[in-house]
Amino acid sequence: MKLTGAQILCEGLVKEGVDIIFGFPGGAVIPLYDTLPQYPQLRHILVRHEQGAAHAADGYARATGKVGVCFATSGPGATNLVTGIANAFLDSVPVIAVTGQVRRDFIGRDAFQETDITGITLPVTKHNYLVMDVNDLAVVIKQAFHLARTGRPGPILIDIPRDVFLEQADFSYPDRVDLPGYRPTLQGHPAQIKKAAKMINEARHPVIIAGRGVNISKAYGELKHLAEMAQIPVVTTLLGIGCFPEEHALSYGMVGMHGMVYANYAIENADVLIAIGMRFDDRVTGKISAFAPHAHIVHIDIDPAEIGKNVRVDVPIVGDVKMVLQALNKQIAPVDHLDWIGQVDDWRREHPSIDIRDDDGLLPQYVVRQIYEITKGQAIIVTGVGQHQMWAAQHYWFNKPNTLISSGGLGAMGFGLPAAFGAQIGCPDAPVWCIDGDGGFQMTIQELGSIAQEQAPVKIAIINNGYLGMVRQWQQLFYKGRYVATPISCPDFVKVAEGYCISALRVKHKEEVIPAIEQAMAYQGPFLIDFMVEPEENVYPMIPPGATVAESIEEPKQPIKAISDSKRLKVSNI
Amino acid sequence: MKHTLVALVEDKPGVLTRMASLFRRRGFNIESIAVGHSELPNLSRMTIVVNGTASILEQVRKQLGKVVNVVKVADVTDDNITVRELALIKVKATSSTRSEIIEIADIFRANIVDVASDSLTIEITGDEDKVDSLLNLLRSFGVKEVARTGCIAMLRGSTSQLPVEQKPSKTRKERYNLL
Repeated sequence: MKLTGAQILCEGLVKEGVDIIFGFPGGAVIPLYDTLPQYPQLRHILVRHEQGAAHAADGYARATGKVGVCFATSGPGATNLVTGIANAFLDSVPVIAVTGQVRRDFIGRDAFQETDITGITLPVTKHNYLVMDVNDLAVVIKQAFHLARTGRPGPILIDIPRDVFLEQADFSYPDRVDLPGYRPTLQGHPAQIKKAAKMINEARHPVIIAGRGVNISKAYGELKHLAEMAQIPVVTTLLGIGCFPEEHALSYGMVGMHGMVYANYAIENADVLIAIGMRFDDRVTGKISAFAPHAHIVHIDIDPAEIGKNVRVDVPIVGDVKMVLQALNKQIAPVDHLDWIGQVDDWRREHPSIDIRDDDGLLPQYVVRQIYEITKGQAIIVTGVGQHQMWAAQHYWFNKPNTLISSGGLGAMGFGLPAAFGAQIGCPDAPVWCIDGDGGFQMTIQELGSIAQEQAPVKIAIINNGYLGMVRQWQQLFYKGRYVATPISCPDFVKVAEGYCISALRVKHKEEVIPAIEQAMAYQGPFLIDFMVEPEENVYPMIPPGATVAESIEEPKQPIKAISDSKRLKVSNI
Repeated sequence: MKHTLVALVEDKPGVLTRMASLFRRRGFNIESIAVGHSELPNLSRMTIVVNGTASILEQVRKQLGKVVNVVKVADVTDDNITVRELALIKVKATSSTRSEIIEIADIFRANIVDVASDSLTIEITGDEDKVDSLLNLLRSFGVKEVARTGCIAMLRGSTSQLPVEQKPSKTRKERYNLL
């Protein structure tokens, strides 16, 4: 059967179970878009900017566990995807980006809308392809999906010249992939697992630090079993949040720079640290030389290159987290570490890191906590990057996996709204809340248009403090309060939303918070709430960059002087 | 310390870029890199000499292993290997120095591959030290041009390096030990 390149691509997507594509058309991909109506099972969702397409595919993939797919045209379309691709790369998210390219005979001639996108994305993709022969296309698609979703997942870019979309070839979809250089290790080495089991069984102060690998490998049951059987306190990284129920007695929350003080103390005092599906990011470890100084470290990860990269490891286990834990759990003896758990609980009492102070003002932490209460902890929370992200991680308690969707490794402001849109498209019946800051929200604010067009019922909470808050906090704490380029004006978000035919409210007072959230929840379509929170509220606890747990800042040294509402920068008074 | 890595890579466009980009991104200096066809169809063998500490090299080896087009990669520095490099050296020669230069080349078992009225071109094969030694001796005559291929390496004995089909237990064991 002869098919065109565009048809082969669509056939491949259907065969791989794709039903949603986020994209934006352009000259080089017109032949592809022209073919889409022949495939009604592929629903194309138009975004307003290609960065939105990549983030939406990312949010979709994290919320559903499926591969996210996005389309863009050559040149600027492709380069606009790059931030989203890099984000998916650093957070190990399976995303397939398909870009159009100029005709083959134009490649290398600086043709109109030509960029070397495979060259540009080389360091931020797991792998990428420039398809120069339509006969290779089916194999490339098969390989791309295989690479994206297996091993350590990641984004794959497929660049297809315009004339390859139009050229015909015999189509048969391969049923297996032939990638001699790609054989992820799944089963852990038995001797290493035995060594780890012995270490865990003999531990007196063990701590589990769980990361996104647990979510990716769906090893929630195995992790819970290990923690409960051996009575080990569990802390998570930002992206590990939700892989272990945060209301569980053995859960001690997030670690790291803005992690719980007691979680960081637990790591500091651990004698055995079991790191599962995480990569010792500097936001987790702080000063490397002072990280877990007394601990023997067991590190389980599917990516051999992560082991020994940042910290020394005593027992490395390369493998799929779920398979390794299944093997490991068989060798774990039931014990209780009552003294140790009692000690960590004491630290929790002494350092109640996430108590919200009683304040008449509108505190951002209070807003997040009320969203948690009213959604009964069942919502999918998607955040941007900055203070609001940390407050969401700290004050919303996640009991289900993959319910916190956040840009971790890349820390890409602007991720929130498009990723929430993607998550909502993937999970149309789930409550999805986008918690974003007023700065990051303005980076991808145009995706309100996509949300309105699809009537995706995303609820948007803008934590509006009139600052680029996290940078302002650093300026306040480490740069003598010189607020350079951090005060930021905002448009009237309520009016902007209304301009997109999206219902919206502004909340200025504490007592309006609950009714507003309830109103948003009750509303059928998308809804935006602009929370005008205390402008100079800081995220605590905080370990200053490069410092140790002992140097944690738990309380502001001086009472924070809040600036009055009238001092906020307004568009109208600039 | 200098390390010799040997990689078996697929003959696909951009493989060299992928590997070179990785070295650049992680901040390693490549001393030399040599690529050519291997005994297997569609696969090339690449010999890379890099400078760095053992732990850095370990990270490089693992990162290279993650490149999808890299079928296998091993650090063979401590193995029993044959290392060879080829160099062409154009050196000034006058009627009074020509015979002396030829004598030196003979001692090194190097070949004279081109003769001109005022120069000689010498071809030498050997490990890096041998090439360096010859080059140092020739400097006093005036070296006009040098071209070196970079090192290629192979295990001594009958074991072949990085066979694709069978995975020898040694390599697997090695992998875990190296972790």
